[in-house]
Amino acid sequence: MRTPLGWTLQLVGGASAVLLAASMHARPSIAVDDVAAGQMLYQGKCTGCHSVDTDRIGPRHRDVVGRKVATVPGFNYSPALKKVGGVWTPARLDQWLSGTQKMAPGSRMYIEIDDPTQRRQLIAYLKSISKPH
Amino acid sequence: MRVCRCSDPHPGALEMIMDIQDPSMAGNRRAFLQRAGALTLGASAAGLFADRPAIAAPPKFRSDVGVIQTALALEHEGIAAYRLAGKSGLLSKGTLEVATIFMGHHEVHRDSLAKLVSQAGAKPVEPKSDAQYVADLNLASLKSEKDVVALATTLEHGAASAYIGQISAIRDPKLANLFASISADEALHWTALNAAGGGQIPKSAYVFG
Repeated sequence: MRTPLGWTLQLVGGASAVLLAASMHARPSIAVDDVAAGQMLYQGKCTGCHSVDTDRIGPRHRDVVGRKVATVPGFNYSPALKKVGGVWTPARLDQWLSGTQKMAPGSRMYIEIDDPTQRRQLIAYLKSISKPH
Repeated sequence: MRVCRCSDPHPGALEMIMDIQDPSMAGNRRAFLQRAGALTLGASAAGLFADRPAIAAPPKFRSDVGVIQTALALEHEGIAAYRLAGKSGLLSKGTLEVATIFMGHHEVHRDSLAKLVSQAGAKPVEPKSDAQYVADLNLASLKSEKDVVALATTLEHGAASAYIGQISAIRDPKLANLFASISADEALHWTALNAAGGGQIPKSAYVFG
């Protein structure tokens, strides 16, 4: 039997999907399916350490695409990541998610996502929560 | 059931709120911390759980210290979330008891990980201030037990997955075993919380990772 909380979560999930779909009309270059799948992956793989709008174990992800690497104000980045330089583009995020320690040995994030489809979907979601570039 | 009294390790939490930069949120955060400070959690389950068998090969962990430190930061956050939410007055007696047990698990994880960092000759990462955790986790937005359970469910799922994700970076098999064991604890927490919140059992395999 579904509890009131279950219904609430379902309603919230449904509303989020509608909002997500609506926002995609303004971003025709991003596949809606990829964003939705990426959001699910984000909740599974990233929320242990990251949030969209607050810094936790890792920095916030709002506007990460197009942001200079290691520049969220007030976040304590590792020296290894500070050395990387440049801007987080989809291509660089793909490299990062392929193996954080390969791209920046000694950084504090440890993840390797081998599946290129999952990386593409995650990056699509990160792009959806970033300003258009 | 044997329980032990625990004192608040952050008695200055109410003062720390003054450091919060966003004045629009300060009232909510202050209110949350005041609620948290108004009640004493009363019991810690940390003493209920025997330490996992020690891993006695410190030098082998030196190359894995970074991974352990990241995991330790995760445990600090989990402990703070349960402690602050548990003391907020939002939880019923039964839920509080379960939350206290889960917090005890996280405290044991923390102690295991911190010990390994120290044995490897490094300084274990310290927890943030209570005010910082309130801001990071948006704890001021929690208005009911349902909100607390939903947040804890999300955090536990993330933690279980994070441990699995980090295993591939670990060089020592015994440490990988420890991470797998901790991940299983987090998965247990998630399962209980998900059921308590009325969540569905996932139909797809590989729920974590």
